[in-house]
Amino acid sequence: MSDTQTFLDTLATRSQQRAGEPTWIAARRQAGAARFDAMGFPTRRDEEWKYTDVRAIAKGNFALADNAEFSQAQAAAITLPLDAYRLTFVDGVFSAALSNVDALPDSVQVMPLSKALTDNHEAVGGPLGRLTGVDFSTFAALNTAFMEEGAVVRIAPGTVVEKPILLQFLSRAGTPVMSHPRILVEAAGRSEATLIEHYVGEADAANFTNVVAELMLDRGAILNHYKLQEAPIGDLHVASIHVEQNRDSRYTSYNLNLGGALVRNDLISDLNGQGAETNFYGLFFGQGRQHVDNHTKVNHNAPLTFSNENYKGILDDRAHGVFNGKVYVKRDSQKIEGFQSNQNLLLSDRAQIDAKPELEIYADDVKCSHGTTTGQLDEDAIYALRTRGIDEATARGLLTLAFAGEVLEKVALDAIAERVELAVAGKLPERFNLAGLVEAAAALND
Amino acid sequence: MASEEMEQLVRREYKDGFVTDIESDTLPPGLDENTIAFISKKKGEPEWMLEWRLDAYRQWLKMEEPSWAHLNYPPINYQEISYYSAPKRPEDRPQSLDEVDPKLLETYEKLGIPLHERAALAGVAVDAVFDSVSVATTFKKELAEAGVIFCSISEAIRDYPDLIKQYLGTVVPVADNYFAALNSAVFTDGSFVFVPEGVKCPMELSTYFRINAANTGQFERTLVICEDRAQVSYLEGCTAPMRDENQLHAAVVELVALDDAYIKYSTVQNWYPGDEEGKGGIYNFVTKRGDCRGERSRISWTQVETGSAITWKYPSCMLRGKDSIGEFYSVAVTNGRQQADTGTKMIHIGEGTRSYIVAKGISAGKSDQSYRGLVKIGPRAKGARNFTQCDSLLIGDKCGAHTFPYQEIGNSTATIEHEATTSKIGEDQLFYCQSRGISEEDAVSMIVNGFCKDVFQELPMEFAVEAEALLNVTLEGAVG
Amino acid sequence: MLQVNDLHVTVEGKEILKGLTLTINAGEVHAIMGPNGAGKSTLSAVIAGKDGYEVTQGSITFEGQDVLEMEIEERAQAGLLLGFQYPVEIPGVKNIYLLKSALNAQRVARGEGEMPAPEFMKLVKEKLGFMKMDASFLQRAVNEGFSGGEKKRNEILQMLVLQPKLAMLDEIDSGLDIDAMKVVADGVNSLRAEERAILLVTHYQRLLDYIVPDKVHVLVDGRIVKTGDAELAKELEANGYEGIEESVA
Repeated sequence: MSDTQTFLDTLATRSQQRAGEPTWIAARRQAGAARFDAMGFPTRRDEEWKYTDVRAIAKGNFALADNAEFSQAQAAAITLPLDAYRLTFVDGVFSAALSNVDALPDSVQVMPLSKALTDNHEAVGGPLGRLTGVDFSTFAALNTAFMEEGAVVRIAPGTVVEKPILLQFLSRAGTPVMSHPRILVEAAGRSEATLIEHYVGEADAANFTNVVAELMLDRGAILNHYKLQEAPIGDLHVASIHVEQNRDSRYTSYNLNLGGALVRNDLISDLNGQGAETNFYGLFFGQGRQHVDNHTKVNHNAPLTFSNENYKGILDDRAHGVFNGKVYVKRDSQKIEGFQSNQNLLLSDRAQIDAKPELEIYADDVKCSHGTTTGQLDEDAIYALRTRGIDEATARGLLTLAFAGEVLEKVALDAIAERVELAVAGKLPERFNLAGLVEAAAALND
Repeated sequence: MASEEMEQLVRREYKDGFVTDIESDTLPPGLDENTIAFISKKKGEPEWMLEWRLDAYRQWLKMEEPSWAHLNYPPINYQEISYYSAPKRPEDRPQSLDEVDPKLLETYEKLGIPLHERAALAGVAVDAVFDSVSVATTFKKELAEAGVIFCSISEAIRDYPDLIKQYLGTVVPVADNYFAALNSAVFTDGSFVFVPEGVKCPMELSTYFRINAANTGQFERTLVICEDRAQVSYLEGCTAPMRDENQLHAAVVELVALDDAYIKYSTVQNWYPGDEEGKGGIYNFVTKRGDCRGERSRISWTQVETGSAITWKYPSCMLRGKDSIGEFYSVAVTNGRQQADTGTKMIHIGEGTRSYIVAKGISAGKSDQSYRGLVKIGPRAKGARNFTQCDSLLIGDKCGAHTFPYQEIGNSTATIEHEATTSKIGEDQLFYCQSRGISEEDAVSMIVNGFCKDVFQELPMEFAVEAEALLNVTLEGAVG
Repeated sequence: MLQVNDLHVTVEGKEILKGLTLTINAGEVHAIMGPNGAGKSTLSAVIAGKDGYEVTQGSITFEGQDVLEMEIEERAQAGLLLGFQYPVEIPGVKNIYLLKSALNAQRVARGEGEMPAPEFMKLVKEKLGFMKMDASFLQRAVNEGFSGGEKKRNEILQMLVLQPKLAMLDEIDSGLDIDAMKVVADGVNSLRAEERAILLVTHYQRLLDYIVPDKVHVLVDGRIVKTGDAELAKELEANGYEGIEESVA
């Protein structure tokens, strides 16, 4: 049986259970399935997948979860302790018990996709799939074929959403399941919001999450988007995030990846109006045999648009990291500034990083640059720390933490910055593990 | 400066596009095993060489033309190309510089090409401007005394079969890639350099290549070997006449450096780029690779690429020997409808290996240019280092400049740095120069030359002058 | 406490110290003065253990231990602390991490336990106040974006927290205005104690108006050519190093 057939069979079974679905959804589902079948899973011969082998997904056999049972206490222990509008999904299934969006003002809608479809499916039909079509990738097609749950966020013009909007995706141990969450954000003109996607779960889980997010920023909208990926170490995680930016909008992505066995993120910003600005900050830390692949692309489709990117990778043991960042400047998109930086640290001789920073430029009045380094910690800094009595291993640990800190200092939400710093400190090899130090220093702040 | 003026400034005519009207001994178009047998027989090759070629041909038949490069061109019909062309009789060629078009000579003068090479370039009494003959005659004695072999690859196959058997195809295997396989099957000439142990080649060796006949492909093959502690600096220049149809050039260059050897290989490529509308021009698909087999060996590629309609070229280094060094210095200029996808591969295999890459791309007109590079650090390459600087300059708003660097790093002790920038000629720089009384044209030329300085200084003196002049010719004649 | 005996040091093949002998006892403040290039900074760097300095002859002992056999951090843990002329910027490493790691490394090396967090915080805040530094400074990266004066204050702050047995201060006055110098000098003076020694390396006498040394050594061309008390520094200020060099010749 071909790799795609397993998935198509699951889909066929699922479709029989679905009744009374609006016809446009059924049609898109079919289109997604057809495209998925035609494309098949990518192989390393595909340039976009040159360094990432998805056989673990293709050969997998994943069921679909049918309930959202998860204990309150356990959820509280692993999720972010934030005052936020919160939607929770367990193995892709919406959990009303673990969600709370009661205090939402009228100018903001945050609801599960299933509810949005029930309430007013026509309002979803237009924007859904507008940015991420089924042709984008096998995984986008697969998501479209299976999509039934996720989140819809709509923010009215001029609204400043005071509390973060937190979408948390919990992964359970047990029979491997898959989920295909779909996130749709429509941020109207001059609105401001913070969106957090948080992936976390039970340590022994081994599920497949295939999320597609479409984020639309109208004139002057500001969206801070955190993706904190702390999926269980056995999870397979694929995410496609498309951002559309109208005039003067500002999008900032914090793509923080700590978990998962196989992780692939595609992050794409279309800068379609003058004055639009996009910022991509990324951090990935791999250990064991983790594989973390970040593909980013900024499309400068309009003049006077700006992008800034800083990705940092730390890889230990036999972990494999991939960074592929592209800055594209369309013909006649003049007065562009696009900066990209990628730095990587290998902590072990068996770790591997493949980096490919790309520039594709068709206009002349541009300032674009990229820099990428993979290398060693600063020996002068190690010496300076040692002259203070700090042993070499700890000095290396401190500098590794500092390396991650350059991205974390951009993180405005302390709860996330501290959590990630602590996680990084705790993931450092035993000889210079700094979890105790970071915990103590954080305690001093309180 | 207004963009229109800028466009005018960069518009230029191809200066080397003359055709030498001579009778030549040319195979009809087409490629099969008989063609290869014909070439091999013409060259008086031994049986094993023919077998080698046929093996390459049979592998080529099973291969597909690569499509990954950022290039756009109609499919090449390999059966419409003539694979062998040689001038019939030496007496048919121009016998002295007096018989050569004075306009052409003027261009050579502008390019600063030395007199004896101008003759060679113009096709005076040399084999389809395969200049090693004249150079070898002039300096044969001196080279022989030093023990250096410098001859055409055809001669080498006849006279030094053991060296050829030992080294040919060991750096670029016959089936390495589509164009290399084609070259291996049908190569017609090229040069061979062998510098024995401990010898520093007493002079710079140079070759000029020229495509003259219509409908012919040019497939030269170059092999340079430096034994332990040997050194050589090798220069090659290329030109071709203006023709309406596209012509294929698919060369292979192999370099082998043993312990402490140093090979410096410089190229000034000025093949016909086609006209402003993109008609005609050379398709330049070249495989160049150096093998740093020995410890502390060093291979340095320097290229100035101004010609060709299509350039597909990645001079590379296999850094096997401990502490060996690979270098790549490149200036590529594209104008009109030219397309170039060029760069390098540095494969770090041995411990302590180092590589340096400096690539400068200048795009003008409606041209499109890409830097494509790979830096690979293998698990045994402890302490390997790479530094890459990759800058693009855009002149006008109808061109493209792209950067596709690949880094594959599998060693935690390696240090890799890559920097790339893309910008246009600074208005403030131009203004500054002009406010000092420098003409626009000179200012652009100064700024572009300054942009390329890091690469030009790697060229041997004689070529550096030529390269700068070539840029000036490229940018000349439009202001005012 | 510290004995330097007939020390010869070569840097990149060039001999910088050419038989330097120096004894420092607990409770003393020593100043080493000399013209540029005399080898002043080399001495403190060799004692701290910086790479690239080859000791070709002679010895350094600290409380009976062979310093040259000790790792860089072991020297610091033993109480030998160097204040840099040009403090290194360490992007991303917070000052609080540096101070806590360094203090605990020293305590663990001495067989004491790590200092409890509240006690540590109290200590650091007190020292910060003394150096007239803001608490926000603890969350900033080590020396990153600091002014010259801030960097020097930070060096002294580390001294105050780590309480070395021998504090070596290399050109601690360079680049300081008079107010900043007073703060730095107050910090150094507060370190003066029976059980502690201080070694100042300086080009100018000015610093010694604020930190009065017990002994002044004149270092010329890799050797100590003259030793005296605080008066010697004033003499140098008046007559310059030329006079001394001539008297040696």
